[in-house]
Amino acid sequence: MRSTPPPAPPRRHGPAGRWRVQAAAWGFCAPLAAYLFLFYAYPLYRNLDLSLRDYTVRSFVQGGAPFSGLANYRKVTSDPTFLPALGHTVLFTVASIAVQFGFGMALAVFFHRHFRLSTILRALFLVPWLLPLIVSASTWSWMLNSESGVVNSVLHGLGIAGVHWLTSPGWSLASVTLANIWIGIPFNLVILHSGLQAIPADINEAAALDGATGWQVFRFITFPLLRPVSAITLLLGLIYTLKVFDIIWVMTRGGPSDSSTTFATWSYRLGFGNLLPAFGPGAAVGNLLILVALVLGLLYIRVQHRQDAA
Amino acid sequence: MRTRTAKPRTTRWKTLVGLVLTALMLFPVYWMVNVSFTRDTDLRRTPPYWFPVHGTVEGYRAVLRQQLPYLGTSLFIGLGTVALTLVLAAPAGYSLAKLRPRGGGVLSFLLLIAQMIPGVVMAMGFYATYLKLGVLNTAGGLIVADSTIAVPFAVLVYTAFMSGIPNDLLQAATVDGAGRVRTFWSVVLPVSRNATITVALFTFLWAWSDFIFASTLDQGGARAPITLGIYHYIGNNNQQWNAIMATAVVAAIPATVLLVVAQRYIAAGITAGAVKD
Repeated sequence: MRSTPPPAPPRRHGPAGRWRVQAAAWGFCAPLAAYLFLFYAYPLYRNLDLSLRDYTVRSFVQGGAPFSGLANYRKVTSDPTFLPALGHTVLFTVASIAVQFGFGMALAVFFHRHFRLSTILRALFLVPWLLPLIVSASTWSWMLNSESGVVNSVLHGLGIAGVHWLTSPGWSLASVTLANIWIGIPFNLVILHSGLQAIPADINEAAALDGATGWQVFRFITFPLLRPVSAITLLLGLIYTLKVFDIIWVMTRGGPSDSSTTFATWSYRLGFGNLLPAFGPGAAVGNLLILVALVLGLLYIRVQHRQDAA
Repeated sequence: MRTRTAKPRTTRWKTLVGLVLTALMLFPVYWMVNVSFTRDTDLRRTPPYWFPVHGTVEGYRAVLRQQLPYLGTSLFIGLGTVALTLVLAAPAGYSLAKLRPRGGGVLSFLLLIAQMIPGVVMAMGFYATYLKLGVLNTAGGLIVADSTIAVPFAVLVYTAFMSGIPNDLLQAATVDGAGRVRTFWSVVLPVSRNATITVALFTFLWAWSDFIFASTLDQGGARAPITLGIYHYIGNNNQQWNAIMATAVVAAIPATVLLVVAQRYIAAGITAGAVKD
């Protein structure tokens, strides 16, 4: 990852000495390696196995489910929920990230120059990101309640008809996206703000002295310099947002009638949401989600490498 | 300081805008607190009371009556997850940063990949495994599962931080006759205090906030964590929103406290790995 100079060896190592160094190095890493194997690789393997067999509740407990190849994947991709869930996942993710990033960037620029109270206000902006997701989700549920929610009440006061935010198929996805945007803004703000701080102040000042307006400085100097940080922010946002489950599940359970179902909530519902669990298809949906995340993840690593090399 | 400082008039204007923006952003948090103090009879009033004028602590009484054990469980699981994560991550970070194990690059790569796996997938794998091992509904099982959220992040933070420790310092310890374990324990760890605080803080918050593992691996036990407490509360009596919001306020306490006492570690943690240091 990061290139650090190797520690200068205190004395020359023979082959035996080099072996001792390696043994020590791995001794410190061994617990982590074992842990990754037991608690990452094995659950993932179990999940893959679930998706490739035809499980019933009984064979789930006792074992002996027959191998069924890609049958679960075929079942899932031909399910009427598949295309809507795919569409919702894309919409939810793209809308969340675009808006979060826009607000995050605007706020980062706003907080860039120090002003009275700026530090404490910036700290307060972190609160939504730090709250347990279930706390935020239940608060938004009540705020968006059709009859007694504060949002509809304000709309009424402005003479606008209220909306069934969480219980009408036309609005549910927008509502959970709104809550997710609220939670994600602080993350974007913090990363972009620290990116801004890393840009030497005299670059902007030189441009300002040359007569560039504030917007021109941002558009032609700050924003291009911030490109690597922006790329990382967007990619991390993408990876996080694809995984979002808690908010949607608590606010709408993916409903009404699948109108806010994403891959994450669909996978959960298949595996745990019904009285009769469908572990095979649930695992299959989960693995499709992993596949997307992995592609994005590799992209992230490439971008970061380029940034490290620069 | 900067050569050109903004005029005082501009900064006063900015402070005002900043206050308004922060108020807008924090409105849901305020609303949560406001509803938590609202009387049952006022919950469905239109328009709602904007301030808790007929404030009541009835909601909080309900929390104390019903949710106290959940809070205890969450605290225990949070601390357990922190301990497990630190024990695994600190030595590994030292090794990856300073001892350069062969294959260390692969390990770092795997850690990055591990952060991208959706919780739903891990939950299903853990469920299948735990069912067989008979450790569903146990605190230990939940601690292990929760730690998977934090361990990759923790190792990356430690590695980045420990790379910055001067080699001279470690060599001095070696010259004084300290072995690697001694060097790690009495030089590297104390110097890495800030990394430890950042890691512990985030790990605790994540474990405390976890819902997906709690709801799959700990279904309806009496010693369920607080997130499940809130969830069941919403499901069972969705009329008493003052009590639900009071529980939410209590569940938000650790995040608030940590933000007040350790704000700079939080900013450090969010940017760790995202921005080149």
